[in-house]
Amino acid sequence: MKEVIQGIPLNYYLFLSTVLFSIGVLGVLFRRNAIIILMSVELMLNSINLLLVAFSAFHGDAKAQVFVFFIMIVAAAEVAVGLALMVLIYRNIKTLDIDFLNKLKW
Amino acid sequence: MVEYIFYALSVICIACALLVVFSKNPIHSVLYLILAFFAIAGHYVLLNAQFLAVVHIIVYAGAIMVLFLFVIMLLNLNAETEPHKNMLTKIMATVSGGLLLVTLVGSFRAAGQVEMVNLDNSNIGTIENLGKVLFNDFLLPFEISSVLFLSAMIGAVILGKKQLS
Repeated sequence: MKEVIQGIPLNYYLFLSTVLFSIGVLGVLFRRNAIIILMSVELMLNSINLLLVAFSAFHGDAKAQVFVFFIMIVAAAEVAVGLALMVLIYRNIKTLDIDFLNKLKW
Repeated sequence: MVEYIFYALSVICIACALLVVFSKNPIHSVLYLILAFFAIAGHYVLLNAQFLAVVHIIVYAGAIMVLFLFVIMLLNLNAETEPHKNMLTKIMATVSGGLLLVTLVGSFRAAGQVEMVNLDNSNIGTIENLGKVLFNDFLLPFEISSVLFLSAMIGAVILGKKQLS
């Protein structure tokens, strides 16, 4: 059986990433502070990054690690625009509670 | 030895992720998220992706989380201004997050053991190898991502500046 890298099976990384992703989803649903929601999205992106790196290491393929670069690029751009939006929202309604942002709801 | 490092990093990572979600003060959330990112960087080192670990620390802990901290301090958010959801929403959020976890874990377990060969190739994570792959196979996405960055930068500046009127 050659499916173990340095004594750690691939399934462990799969379960760790699943737990992290679920915590990210829980954070998006649980909190009302928009910045915490953005941080939970970052957590989800990082769980996927970890899974990609694990598959890359087990597969011996460097292309997955390049994909991780691109995910980091998109995350950085997303955070820059997202935090600018947060500042704009706070300037207009003086809060980051997402329950007050319901003008587009219906 | 490696197993213990893996377990320690995983426990730190999951505990910090939970504390990000459940801590009242947004600044504590940011600090716990930085700790979780350091644990993930440790996982990268464990997986022979050393360059990615360094880039992860520089980009996330060095740039993105500092941006988060700046915005939280700029907007003066703290535990007192933290909005509270009602109990039903919290319960439903926890139940749906748990159901997602159970579904994913169950499907992964049902899929059985994944057959993967370890090629014992410890130099796939080096700068040299990654640079070759990035500039040979992914040159066009690399250039397009620069356009994405430029548009994100312009968008953030336009959104962030005061309205001219």
